[in-house]
Amino acid sequence: MTASFPSDSVGLVTPQTATFESPLALACGKTLERFELIYETYGELNAERSNAVLICHALSGHHHAAGYHDVEERKPGWWDAYIGPGKVIDTNRFFVVSLNNLGGCHGSTGPASLNPETGREWGPTFPVMTVADWVHSQARLADRLGIECFAAVVGGSLGGMQAMQWTIAYPERVANAAVIAATPRLSAQNIAFNEVARQAIRSDPDFHDGWYAEQEAIPKLGLKLARMIGHITYLSEHSMGSRFGRDLRSDQLNFGYDVEFQVESYLRHQGDTFSTRFDANTYLLMTKALDYFDPAGQHGGDLAAALAPVACPFLVVSFTTDWRFAPARSRELVTALLRAGKSVSYVNVDSPHGHDAFLLPNDQYEAVFGSFMQRIHDDIERRHSSTGEHR
Amino acid sequence: MRADLELIYDWVPADARILDLGCGDGTLLAALAKHKNVTGYGLEIDPDGIAACLGKGVNVLEQDLDDGLDNFVDDACDLVVMTQALQALRRPDTMLDEMLRVAPECIIAFPNFAYWKHRLHLTFRGRMPVSRSLPHAWYDTPNIHLSTFQDFANLCRAKGITIVDQAVGSADHEGHWSSRWWPNLFGETAIFRVRRGR
Repeated sequence: MTASFPSDSVGLVTPQTATFESPLALACGKTLERFELIYETYGELNAERSNAVLICHALSGHHHAAGYHDVEERKPGWWDAYIGPGKVIDTNRFFVVSLNNLGGCHGSTGPASLNPETGREWGPTFPVMTVADWVHSQARLADRLGIECFAAVVGGSLGGMQAMQWTIAYPERVANAAVIAATPRLSAQNIAFNEVARQAIRSDPDFHDGWYAEQEAIPKLGLKLARMIGHITYLSEHSMGSRFGRDLRSDQLNFGYDVEFQVESYLRHQGDTFSTRFDANTYLLMTKALDYFDPAGQHGGDLAAALAPVACPFLVVSFTTDWRFAPARSRELVTALLRAGKSVSYVNVDSPHGHDAFLLPNDQYEAVFGSFMQRIHDDIERRHSSTGEHR
Repeated sequence: MRADLELIYDWVPADARILDLGCGDGTLLAALAKHKNVTGYGLEIDPDGIAACLGKGVNVLEQDLDDGLDNFVDDACDLVVMTQALQALRRPDTMLDEMLRVAPECIIAFPNFAYWKHRLHLTFRGRMPVSRSLPHAWYDTPNIHLSTFQDFANLCRAKGITIVDQAVGSADHEGHWSSRWWPNLFGETAIFRVRRGR
Protein backbone atom coordinates (compact mmCIF):
# COMPACT_ATOMS: atom_id res chain seq x y z
CA MET A 1 0.00 0.00 0.00
CA THR A 2 1.26 3.46 -0.85
CA ALA A 3 1.08 5.91 2.00
CA SER A 4 -1.17 8.84 1.17
CA PHE A 5 -0.28 11.93 3.10
CA PRO A 6 -1.37 15.51 2.38
CA SER A 7 0.73 17.08 -0.40
CA ASP A 8 2.04 19.75 1.96
CA SER A 9 3.24 17.16 4.48
CA VAL A 10 6.83 16.02 4.83
CA GLY A 11 5.28 12.54 4.76
CA LEU A 12 6.83 9.54 6.42
CA VAL A 13 9.71 10.39 8.75
CA THR A 14 12.09 8.20 10.72
CA PRO A 15 13.75 9.46 13.89
CA GLN A 16 17.51 9.06 14.25
CA THR A 17 19.66 8.87 17.34
CA ALA A 18 23.03 10.55 17.84
CA THR A 19 25.30 9.27 20.62
CA PHE A 20 27.80 11.61 22.25
CA GLU A 21 30.67 10.02 24.15
CA SER A 22 32.42 13.16 25.42
CA PRO A 23 31.19 14.58 28.73
CA LEU A 24 28.74 17.49 28.92
CA ALA A 25 29.21 19.79 31.90
CA LEU A 26 25.87 21.00 33.26
CA ALA A 27 24.80 24.17 35.03
CA CYS A 28 23.97 22.22 38.20
CA GLY A 29 27.64 21.23 38.55
CA LYS A 30 27.17 17.63 37.47
CA THR A 31 28.43 16.10 34.23
CA LEU A 32 26.74 13.77 31.78
CA GLU A 33 29.53 11.39 30.71
CA ARG A 34 27.65 10.26 27.63
CA PHE A 35 24.24 10.99 26.20
CA GLU A 36 21.94 10.32 23.29
CA LEU A 37 19.71 12.73 21.41
CA ILE A 38 16.85 11.54 19.26
CA TYR A 39 16.02 13.82 16.34
CA GLU A 40 14.26 14.12 13.03
CA THR A 41 15.23 16.10 9.95
CA TYR A 42 13.06 17.34 7.10
CA GLY A 43 14.29 18.72 3.78
CA GLU A 44 17.85 18.71 2.42
CA LEU A 45 20.96 20.41 3.74
CA ASN A 46 22.37 22.48 0.87
CA ALA A 47 25.99 22.22 -0.31
CA GLU A 48 26.96 25.37 1.60
CA ARG A 49 25.28 23.98 4.76
CA SER A 50 23.61 27.35 5.17
CA ASN A 51 19.91 26.44 5.15
CA ALA A 52 19.50 24.61 8.47
CA VAL A 53 16.68 25.58 10.81
CA LEU A 54 16.62 24.32 14.38
CA ILE A 55 13.23 23.73 16.00
CA CYS A 56 13.23 23.88 19.81
CA HIS A 57 10.33 22.23 21.57
CA ALA A 58 8.16 23.36 24.48
CA LEU A 59 7.34 21.77 27.84
CA SER A 60 5.71 18.57 26.64
CA GLY A 61 7.10 18.59 23.11
CA HIS A 62 9.55 16.26 21.43
CA HIS A 63 11.47 15.60 18.22
CA HIS A 64 8.43 14.64 16.17
CA ALA A 65 7.51 18.10 14.87
CA ALA A 66 6.22 17.25 11.39
CA GLY A 67 5.09 14.39 9.21
CA TYR A 68 4.05 10.89 10.21
CA HIS A 69 5.91 7.97 11.80
CA ASP A 70 3.73 5.44 10.02
CA VAL A 71 0.74 5.34 7.74
CA GLU A 72 -1.53 4.48 10.65
CA GLU A 73 -0.57 7.57 12.66
CA ARG A 74 -3.67 9.62 13.24
CA LYS A 75 -2.07 12.98 13.95
CA PRO A 76 1.07 14.42 12.36
CA GLY A 77 3.96 15.97 14.35
CA TRP A 78 3.17 18.78 16.80
CA TRP A 79 4.12 21.69 14.49
CA ASP A 80 3.00 20.16 11.20
CA ALA A 81 0.86 23.25 10.53
CA TYR A 82 4.08 25.27 10.11
CA ILE A 83 6.65 22.77 8.79
CA GLY A 84 6.37 21.17 5.36
CA PRO A 85 6.67 21.78 1.63
CA GLY A 86 5.28 25.24 0.87
CA LYS A 87 4.54 25.94 4.54
CA VAL A 88 5.99 28.74 6.66
CA ILE A 89 9.10 26.69 7.43
CA ASP A 90 9.35 25.42 3.89
CA THR A 91 11.09 22.05 3.70
CA ASN A 92 11.70 22.63 -0.03
CA ARG A 93 14.03 25.43 1.06
CA PHE A 94 15.21 24.62 4.55
CA PHE A 95 16.85 21.66 6.25
CA VAL A 96 14.86 21.38 9.45
CA VAL A 97 16.30 19.75 12.57
CA SER A 98 14.03 18.88 15.48
CA LEU A 99 15.21 17.01 18.55
CA ASN A 100 13.97 15.76 21.89
CA ASN A 101 15.79 17.60 24.65
CA LEU A 102 17.94 15.97 27.32
CA GLY A 103 15.82 14.87 30.24
CA GLY A 104 12.96 14.15 27.85
CA CYS A 105 10.94 10.98 27.68
CA HIS A 106 10.74 10.41 23.94
CA GLY A 107 14.10 8.80 23.23
CA SER A 108 16.83 11.24 24.32
CA THR A 109 18.77 10.49 27.49
CA GLY A 110 16.52 11.23 30.44
CA PRO A 111 15.24 10.02 33.79
CA ALA A 112 14.06 6.73 32.29
CA SER A 113 17.54 5.97 30.84
CA LEU A 114 20.09 3.82 32.63
CA ASN A 115 22.71 5.62 34.68
CA PRO A 116 25.97 3.95 33.54
CA GLU A 117 27.53 4.54 36.96
CA THR A 118 24.90 2.68 38.92
CA GLY A 119 23.44 0.41 36.29
CA ARG A 120 20.10 1.59 37.63
CA GLU A 121 17.58 3.93 36.01
CA TRP A 122 18.37 7.59 36.61
CA GLY A 123 14.88 8.26 37.92
CA PRO A 124 14.81 11.27 40.23
CA THR A 125 18.63 11.43 40.28
CA PHE A 126 18.77 12.61 36.66
CA PRO A 127 20.41 16.04 36.76
CA VAL A 128 18.06 19.03 36.64
CA MET A 129 18.50 20.54 33.18
CA THR A 130 18.62 24.21 32.27
CA VAL A 131 17.86 25.90 28.97
CA ALA A 132 21.60 26.63 28.67
CA ASP A 133 22.41 22.91 29.08
CA TRP A 134 19.97 22.06 26.32
CA VAL A 135 21.48 24.64 24.00
CA HIS A 136 24.99 23.22 24.59
CA SER A 137 23.72 19.73 23.78
CA GLN A 138 21.96 21.05 20.66
CA ALA A 139 25.24 22.64 19.55
CA ARG A 140 26.85 19.20 19.79
CA LEU A 141 24.12 17.84 17.53
CA ALA A 142 24.74 20.71 15.09
CA ASP A 143 28.46 19.80 15.05
CA ARG A 144 27.54 16.21 14.31
CA LEU A 145 25.31 17.27 11.40
CA GLY A 146 27.99 19.59 10.01
CA ILE A 147 25.99 22.74 10.69
CA GLU A 148 28.26 25.64 11.59
CA CYS A 149 25.57 28.27 11.62
CA PHE A 150 21.80 27.86 11.66
CA ALA A 151 19.86 30.00 9.18
CA ALA A 152 17.34 30.25 11.99
CA VAL A 153 16.73 28.92 15.47
CA VAL A 154 13.01 28.84 16.12
CA GLY A 155 10.89 28.00 19.12
CA GLY A 156 7.60 28.63 20.88
CA SER A 157 7.12 28.95 24.64
CA LEU A 158 9.98 27.07 26.37
CA GLY A 159 11.33 26.57 22.83
CA GLY A 160 11.52 30.35 22.42
CA MET A 161 13.70 30.50 25.52
CA GLN A 162 16.10 28.08 23.86
CA ALA A 163 16.20 30.24 20.73
CA MET A 164 16.97 33.25 22.96
CA GLN A 165 19.70 31.32 24.76
CA TRP A 166 21.27 30.28 21.44
CA THR A 167 21.77 33.93 20.46
CA ILE A 168 23.49 34.61 23.79
CA ALA A 169 25.61 31.44 24.05
CA TYR A 170 26.45 30.95 20.36
CA PRO A 171 25.87 34.29 18.61
CA GLU A 172 28.12 33.28 15.71
CA ARG A 173 26.10 30.15 15.07
CA VAL A 174 22.64 31.74 14.65
CA ALA A 175 21.78 33.87 11.62
CA ASN A 176 18.20 34.57 12.75
CA ALA A 177 16.06 33.85 15.79
CA ALA A 178 12.29 33.50 16.09
CA VAL A 179 11.04 33.68 19.68
CA ILE A 180 7.33 32.92 19.80
CA ALA A 181 4.91 33.10 22.75
CA ALA A 182 7.86 33.12 25.13
CA THR A 183 9.22 35.22 27.97
CA PRO A 184 12.69 36.24 29.11
CA ARG A 185 11.78 34.99 32.61
CA LEU A 186 8.86 33.41 34.39
CA SER A 187 6.68 35.54 36.62
CA ALA A 188 5.82 34.52 40.19
CA GLN A 189 2.42 33.43 38.89
CA ASN A 190 4.05 31.20 36.23
CA ILE A 191 6.28 29.59 38.85
CA ALA A 192 3.28 29.15 41.14
CA PHE A 193 1.39 27.19 38.49
CA ASN A 194 4.46 25.01 37.90
CA GLU A 195 4.79 24.38 41.61
CA VAL A 196 1.17 23.23 41.91
CA ALA A 197 1.78 20.84 39.00
CA ARG A 198 4.94 19.50 40.67
CA GLN A 199 3.17 19.06 44.00
CA ALA A 200 0.38 17.16 42.27
CA ILE A 201 2.95 14.69 40.91
CA ARG A 202 5.12 14.46 43.98
CA SER A 203 2.21 13.87 46.35
CA ASP A 204 0.80 11.00 44.26
CA PRO A 205 1.28 7.78 46.34
CA ASP A 206 2.48 6.11 43.15
CA PHE A 207 5.33 8.60 42.76
CA HIS A 208 7.61 6.77 45.22
CA ASP A 209 10.00 9.74 45.44
CA GLY A 210 10.60 9.40 41.74
CA TRP A 211 11.45 5.67 41.80
CA TYR A 212 8.03 4.67 40.50
CA ALA A 213 9.45 2.71 37.56
CA GLU A 214 11.29 0.34 39.89
CA GLN A 215 8.03 -0.11 41.79
CA GLU A 216 6.28 -0.78 38.48
CA ALA A 217 3.95 2.10 39.24
CA ILE A 218 3.01 5.28 37.36
CA PRO A 219 1.93 8.41 39.23
CA LYS A 220 -0.98 8.80 36.85
CA LEU A 221 -3.16 10.87 39.12
CA GLY A 222 -0.44 13.38 39.75
CA LEU A 223 0.44 13.67 36.07
CA LYS A 224 -3.21 14.02 35.19
CA LEU A 225 -3.70 16.86 37.65
CA ALA A 226 -0.49 18.54 36.50
CA ARG A 227 -1.68 18.42 32.91
CA MET A 228 -5.14 19.68 33.76
CA ILE A 229 -3.65 22.69 35.53
CA GLY A 230 -1.21 23.29 32.71
CA HIS A 231 -3.91 22.96 30.10
CA ILE A 232 -6.01 25.68 31.70
CA THR A 233 -3.08 28.07 31.31
CA TYR A 234 -2.65 27.14 27.64
CA LEU A 235 -6.18 28.20 26.70
CA SER A 236 -7.83 31.60 26.93
CA GLU A 237 -11.01 32.23 28.86
CA HIS A 238 -12.60 33.01 25.52
CA SER A 239 -11.50 29.82 23.76
CA MET A 240 -12.68 27.68 26.68
CA GLY A 241 -15.94 29.58 26.77
CA SER A 242 -16.63 29.28 23.07
CA ARG A 243 -15.70 25.59 23.01
CA PHE A 244 -17.51 24.41 26.12
CA GLY A 245 -19.44 27.28 27.63
CA ARG A 246 -21.53 25.83 30.45
CA ASP A 247 -22.59 22.87 28.34
CA LEU A 248 -23.57 19.78 30.32
CA ARG A 249 -22.92 16.20 29.31
CA SER A 250 -26.48 15.23 30.17
CA ASP A 251 -29.64 17.34 30.15
CA GLN A 252 -29.85 17.98 33.85
CA LEU A 253 -27.81 18.71 36.96
CA ASN A 254 -27.01 15.60 38.98
CA PHE A 255 -26.15 17.29 42.26
CA GLY A 256 -23.01 15.15 42.55
CA TYR A 257 -19.30 15.22 41.82
CA ASP A 258 -19.04 13.15 38.67
CA VAL A 259 -18.31 14.84 35.38
CA GLU A 260 -21.18 17.14 34.55
CA PHE A 261 -19.82 20.06 32.56
CA GLN A 262 -18.21 19.43 29.18
CA VAL A 263 -15.13 21.38 30.23
CA GLU A 264 -14.61 18.93 33.11
CA SER A 265 -14.85 16.03 30.74
CA TYR A 266 -12.38 17.66 28.35
CA LEU A 267 -9.82 18.42 31.04
CA ARG A 268 -10.06 14.93 32.51
CA HIS A 269 -9.60 13.43 29.07
CA GLN A 270 -6.55 15.63 28.39
CA GLY A 271 -5.11 14.66 31.77
CA ASP A 272 -5.77 10.93 31.31
CA THR A 273 -4.18 10.82 27.86
CA PHE A 274 -1.16 12.75 29.05
CA SER A 275 -0.66 10.59 32.15
CA THR A 276 -0.09 7.48 30.04
CA ARG A 277 2.31 9.01 27.55
CA PHE A 278 4.50 11.36 29.56
CA ASP A 279 7.09 10.66 32.23
CA ALA A 280 6.59 12.26 35.64
CA ASN A 281 10.28 12.91 36.32
CA THR A 282 10.59 14.56 32.89
CA TYR A 283 7.62 16.79 33.65
CA LEU A 284 9.20 17.89 36.93
CA LEU A 285 12.51 18.57 35.21
CA MET A 286 11.00 20.54 32.32
CA THR A 287 9.03 22.80 34.67
CA LYS A 288 12.23 23.46 36.64
CA ALA A 289 14.04 24.43 33.44
CA LEU A 290 11.25 26.92 32.81
CA ASP A 291 11.47 28.35 36.33
CA TYR A 292 15.26 28.70 36.25
CA PHE A 293 15.49 30.46 32.89
CA ASP A 294 16.54 34.05 33.51
CA PRO A 295 19.40 35.30 31.34
CA ALA A 296 19.19 38.72 33.01
CA GLY A 297 19.81 37.10 36.40
CA GLN A 298 23.56 36.96 35.85
CA HIS A 299 23.57 40.63 34.88
CA GLY A 300 21.91 42.15 37.92
CA GLY A 301 18.50 41.88 36.27
CA ASP A 302 19.63 43.86 33.22
CA LEU A 303 18.25 41.92 30.24
CA ALA A 304 19.79 44.32 27.71
CA ALA A 305 23.22 43.54 29.20
CA ALA A 306 22.50 39.81 28.98
CA LEU A 307 21.62 40.25 25.31
CA ALA A 308 24.81 42.17 24.49
CA PRO A 309 26.38 39.20 22.62
CA VAL A 310 23.38 38.87 20.25
CA ALA A 311 24.45 39.22 16.63
CA CYS A 312 21.34 38.25 14.65
CA PRO A 313 17.93 39.70 13.86
CA PHE A 314 15.04 38.60 16.10
CA LEU A 315 11.41 38.02 15.29
CA VAL A 316 9.39 38.16 18.50
CA VAL A 317 5.76 37.04 18.30
CA SER A 318 3.10 37.13 21.01
CA PHE A 319 -0.62 36.41 20.94
CA THR A 320 -3.29 38.82 22.16
CA THR A 321 -5.10 36.34 24.45
CA ASP A 322 -2.03 34.50 25.77
CA TRP A 323 -2.06 34.99 29.54
CA ARG A 324 0.52 32.30 30.35
CA PHE A 325 3.26 34.32 28.62
CA ALA A 326 1.35 37.49 27.93
CA PRO A 327 2.28 39.99 25.17
CA ALA A 328 3.83 42.24 27.85
CA ARG A 329 6.44 39.51 28.51
CA SER A 330 7.41 39.48 24.82
CA ARG A 331 7.59 43.27 24.87
CA GLU A 332 10.06 43.06 27.77
CA LEU A 333 12.33 41.10 25.48
CA VAL A 334 11.77 43.51 22.59
CA THR A 335 12.53 46.55 24.73
CA ALA A 336 15.73 44.94 26.02
CA LEU A 337 16.81 44.14 22.46
CA LEU A 338 16.10 47.77 21.46
CA ARG A 339 18.16 49.03 24.39
CA ALA A 340 20.98 46.72 23.37
CA GLY A 341 20.74 48.17 19.84
CA LYS A 342 19.86 44.84 18.22
CA SER A 343 17.78 44.09 15.14
CA VAL A 344 14.30 43.08 16.21
CA SER A 345 10.80 42.86 14.82
CA TYR A 346 7.74 42.33 16.97
CA VAL A 347 4.21 41.26 16.18
CA ASN A 348 1.29 40.75 18.56
CA VAL A 349 -0.93 38.36 16.62
CA ASP A 350 -4.67 38.61 17.08
CA SER A 351 -5.88 35.18 18.20
CA PRO A 352 -8.59 33.93 20.55
CA HIS A 353 -6.64 30.76 21.41
CA GLY A 354 -4.40 31.86 24.28
CA HIS A 355 -0.93 30.35 24.65
CA ASP A 356 -1.81 27.41 22.37
CA ALA A 357 -2.14 29.87 19.47
CA PHE A 358 1.52 29.39 18.56
CA LEU A 359 0.73 25.84 17.41
CA LEU A 360 -2.45 26.65 15.47
CA PRO A 361 -3.13 27.91 11.95
CA ASN A 362 -3.68 31.69 11.83
CA ASP A 363 -3.51 33.89 8.72
CA GLN A 364 -1.79 36.86 10.34
CA TYR A 365 0.74 34.66 12.16
CA GLU A 366 1.47 32.74 8.97
CA ALA A 367 1.87 35.98 6.98
CA VAL A 368 4.41 37.58 9.33
CA PHE A 369 6.29 34.40 10.21
CA GLY A 370 6.20 33.39 6.53
CA SER A 371 7.61 36.77 5.40
CA PHE A 372 10.40 36.44 7.96
CA MET A 373 11.31 32.95 6.71
CA GLN A 374 11.01 34.11 3.09
CA ARG A 375 13.52 36.90 3.75
CA ILE A 376 15.91 34.37 5.35
CA HIS A 377 15.63 32.23 2.24
CA ASP A 378 16.21 35.29 0.00
CA ASP A 379 19.35 36.13 2.01
CA ILE A 380 20.71 32.60 1.53
CA GLU A 381 20.03 32.74 -2.20
CA ARG A 382 21.60 36.18 -2.56
CA ARG A 383 24.71 35.15 -0.69
CA HIS A 384 25.13 32.10 -2.89
CA SER A 385 24.71 34.01 -6.14
CA SER A 386 27.21 36.66 -5.01
CA THR A 387 29.83 34.06 -3.92
CA GLY A 388 29.17 32.34 -7.26
CA GLU A 389 30.21 35.52 -9.11
CA HIS A 390 33.53 35.64 -7.27
CA ARG A 391 34.47 32.11 -8.27
CA MET B 1 8.43 55.94 -4.04
CA ARG B 2 5.76 58.42 -2.93
CA ALA B 3 6.74 62.04 -3.54
CA ASP B 4 6.96 62.95 0.16
CA LEU B 5 9.07 59.85 0.86
CA GLU B 6 11.47 60.81 -1.93
CA LEU B 7 12.02 64.22 -0.42
CA ILE B 8 12.54 62.69 3.03
CA TYR B 9 14.91 60.12 1.55
CA ASP B 10 17.12 63.00 0.39
CA TRP B 11 16.99 64.69 3.78
CA VAL B 12 18.14 61.64 5.77
CA PRO B 13 21.93 61.64 6.20
CA ALA B 14 23.96 58.51 5.42
CA ASP B 15 24.70 56.10 8.29
CA ALA B 16 21.91 57.59 10.43
CA ARG B 17 20.03 55.53 13.00
CA ILE B 18 16.38 56.30 12.45
CA LEU B 19 12.90 55.50 13.67
CA ASP B 20 10.06 55.55 11.13
CA LEU B 21 6.71 56.04 12.86
CA GLY B 22 3.95 54.58 10.74
CA CYS B 23 6.42 52.98 8.35
CA GLY B 24 3.81 51.27 6.14
CA ASP B 25 5.34 48.59 3.97
CA GLY B 26 8.88 49.70 4.85
CA THR B 27 9.71 51.21 1.44
CA LEU B 28 11.57 54.21 2.89
CA LEU B 29 13.56 52.21 5.47
CA ALA B 30 14.48 49.54 2.92
CA ALA B 31 15.72 52.14 0.40
CA LEU B 32 17.66 54.01 3.09
CA ALA B 33 19.25 50.78 4.34
CA LYS B 34 20.24 49.72 0.87
CA HIS B 35 21.67 52.97 -0.48
CA LYS B 36 22.56 55.09 2.55
CA ASN B 37 23.59 52.51 5.15
CA VAL B 38 20.82 53.73 7.41
CA THR B 39 19.74 51.44 10.27
CA GLY B 40 16.66 51.58 12.42
CA TYR B 41 13.17 50.43 13.17
CA GLY B 42 9.74 51.03 11.76
CA LEU B 43 6.60 51.20 13.88
CA GLU B 44 3.37 50.03 12.29
CA ILE B 45 0.01 48.55 13.26
CA ASP B 46 -1.27 47.42 9.86
CA PRO B 47 -0.72 43.62 9.60
CA ASP B 48 -0.09 43.73 5.84
CA GLY B 49 2.44 46.54 6.27
CA ILE B 50 4.20 44.56 9.01
CA ALA B 51 4.41 41.43 6.86
CA ALA B 52 5.74 43.50 3.93
CA CYS B 53 8.45 45.00 6.17
CA LEU B 54 9.51 41.54 7.37
CA GLY B 55 9.76 40.38 3.77
CA LYS B 56 12.11 43.30 3.03
CA GLY B 57 14.26 42.64 6.08
CA VAL B 58 13.11 45.91 7.68
CA ASN B 59 12.97 45.82 11.50
CA VAL B 60 9.34 46.49 12.31
CA LEU B 61 7.56 46.71 15.64
CA GLU B 62 3.82 46.39 16.05
CA GLN B 63 3.19 49.41 18.20
CA ASP B 64 0.38 51.94 18.45
CA LEU B 65 1.83 55.46 18.31
CA ASP B 66 -0.85 56.66 20.73
CA ASP B 67 0.81 54.46 23.37
CA GLY B 68 3.93 56.63 23.13
CA LEU B 69 7.56 55.67 22.68
CA ASP B 70 8.31 54.51 26.22
CA ASN B 71 10.32 51.54 24.96
CA PHE B 72 12.90 53.90 23.46
CA VAL B 73 15.43 55.65 25.66
CA ASP B 74 16.37 59.34 25.31
CA ASP B 75 18.46 59.86 22.16
CA ALA B 76 17.88 56.27 21.09
CA CYS B 77 18.48 57.35 17.50
CA ASP B 78 19.61 60.25 15.31
CA LEU B 79 16.36 61.00 13.55
CA VAL B 80 12.65 60.19 13.80
CA VAL B 81 10.53 60.21 10.66
CA MET B 82 6.76 60.33 10.62
CA THR B 83 4.71 60.54 7.44
CA GLN B 84 0.92 60.79 7.23
CA ALA B 85 0.38 59.84 10.87
CA LEU B 86 0.49 63.09 12.87
CA GLN B 87 -3.10 63.98 12.04
CA ALA B 88 -4.36 60.57 13.21
CA LEU B 89 -2.81 60.79 16.68
CA ARG B 90 -4.76 61.47 19.87
CA ARG B 91 -2.19 64.08 20.95
CA PRO B 92 0.07 65.25 18.12
CA ASP B 93 1.71 67.82 20.41
CA THR B 94 2.87 65.31 23.04
CA MET B 95 4.03 62.97 20.30
CA LEU B 96 6.19 65.77 18.95
CA ASP B 97 7.80 66.04 22.41
CA GLU B 98 8.29 62.25 22.50
CA MET B 99 9.91 62.26 19.06
CA LEU B 100 12.33 64.98 20.09
CA ARG B 101 13.13 63.04 23.26
CA VAL B 102 14.25 59.89 21.41
CA ALA B 103 16.14 61.85 18.73
CA PRO B 104 17.50 65.38 18.41
CA GLU B 105 15.85 65.82 15.03
CA CYS B 106 12.71 64.70 13.25
CA ILE B 107 11.01 64.90 9.89
CA ILE B 108 7.24 65.12 9.79
CA ALA B 109 4.93 65.01 6.79
CA PHE B 110 1.17 65.53 7.00
CA PRO B 111 -1.72 66.68 4.78
CA ASN B 112 -2.04 70.46 4.71
CA PHE B 113 -5.66 71.29 5.45
CA ALA B 114 -5.20 74.82 4.11
CA TYR B 115 -4.44 73.50 0.60
CA TRP B 116 -6.41 75.63 -1.88
CA LYS B 117 -8.56 72.75 -3.10
CA HIS B 118 -9.64 71.98 0.47
CA ARG B 119 -10.47 75.65 0.98
CA LEU B 120 -12.57 75.71 -2.16
CA HIS B 121 -14.33 72.51 -1.19
CA LEU B 122 -15.31 73.90 2.20
CA THR B 123 -16.14 77.38 0.92
CA PHE B 124 -18.28 76.49 -2.06
CA ARG B 125 -19.71 73.11 -1.17
CA GLY B 126 -19.98 73.79 2.53
CA ARG B 127 -18.78 70.32 3.30
CA MET B 128 -15.70 68.74 4.84
CA PRO B 129 -13.07 68.38 2.13
CA VAL B 130 -12.55 64.95 0.59
CA SER B 131 -9.55 64.70 -1.69
CA ARG B 132 -6.66 62.54 -2.79
CA SER B 133 -4.73 63.37 0.41
CA LEU B 134 -7.84 63.28 2.62
CA PRO B 135 -9.90 60.47 1.14
CA HIS B 136 -12.21 59.74 4.11
CA ALA B 137 -15.66 61.00 5.02
CA TRP B 138 -15.88 63.12 8.20
CA TYR B 139 -17.48 60.30 10.21
CA ASP B 140 -15.01 57.50 9.51
CA THR B 141 -11.78 59.39 9.03
CA PRO B 142 -8.77 58.36 11.12
CA ASN B 143 -7.59 61.96 10.70
CA ILE B 144 -8.84 63.45 13.95
CA HIS B 145 -6.35 66.31 14.23
CA LEU B 146 -6.13 68.01 10.88
CA SER B 147 -3.90 71.05 10.74
CA THR B 148 -2.30 73.42 8.30
CA PHE B 149 1.25 74.13 7.29
CA GLN B 150 0.99 77.36 9.25
CA ASP B 151 -0.52 75.68 12.34
CA PHE B 152 2.42 73.32 12.62
CA ALA B 153 4.94 76.12 12.23
CA ASN B 154 3.15 77.98 15.03
CA LEU B 155 3.20 74.89 17.29
CA CYS B 156 6.95 74.55 16.80
CA ARG B 157 7.44 78.21 17.64
CA ALA B 158 5.30 77.87 20.78
CA LYS B 159 7.26 74.81 21.90
CA GLY B 160 10.64 76.36 21.18
CA ILE B 161 11.38 73.86 18.45
CA THR B 162 13.68 74.92 15.61
CA ILE B 163 12.42 74.47 12.05
CA VAL B 164 15.48 73.45 10.03
CA ASP B 165 13.75 72.90 6.73
CA GLN B 166 10.26 73.04 5.37
CA ALA B 167 8.71 72.03 2.11
CA VAL B 168 5.44 71.15 0.52
CA GLY B 169 4.83 68.35 -1.85
CA SER B 170 2.27 66.94 -4.19
CA ALA B 171 2.41 65.12 -7.47
CA ASP B 172 1.37 68.25 -9.38
CA HIS B 173 2.89 71.11 -7.50
CA GLU B 174 6.25 69.89 -6.30
CA GLY B 175 8.90 72.50 -6.95
CA HIS B 176 6.35 74.88 -8.45
CA TRP B 177 7.02 78.55 -7.63
CA SER B 178 3.61 78.97 -6.09
CA SER B 179 4.15 76.29 -3.45
CA ARG B 180 7.51 77.79 -2.55
CA TRP B 181 6.00 81.22 -1.99
CA TRP B 182 2.62 80.29 -0.54
CA PRO B 183 3.14 76.83 0.93
CA ASN B 184 0.11 77.15 3.21
CA LEU B 185 -2.09 77.66 0.16
CA PHE B 186 -0.45 75.58 -2.56
CA GLY B 187 1.07 72.70 -0.60
CA GLU B 188 -0.98 69.51 -0.50
CA THR B 189 1.44 67.81 1.85
CA ALA B 190 3.48 69.72 4.42
CA ILE B 191 6.94 68.46 5.28
CA PHE B 192 8.97 69.82 8.18
CA ARG B 193 12.41 69.05 9.45
CA VAL B 194 12.69 70.22 13.05
CA ARG B 195 15.33 70.16 15.75
CA ARG B 196 15.15 70.09 19.52
CA GLY B 197 15.53 73.55 21.13
CA ARG B 198 16.07 76.97 19.63
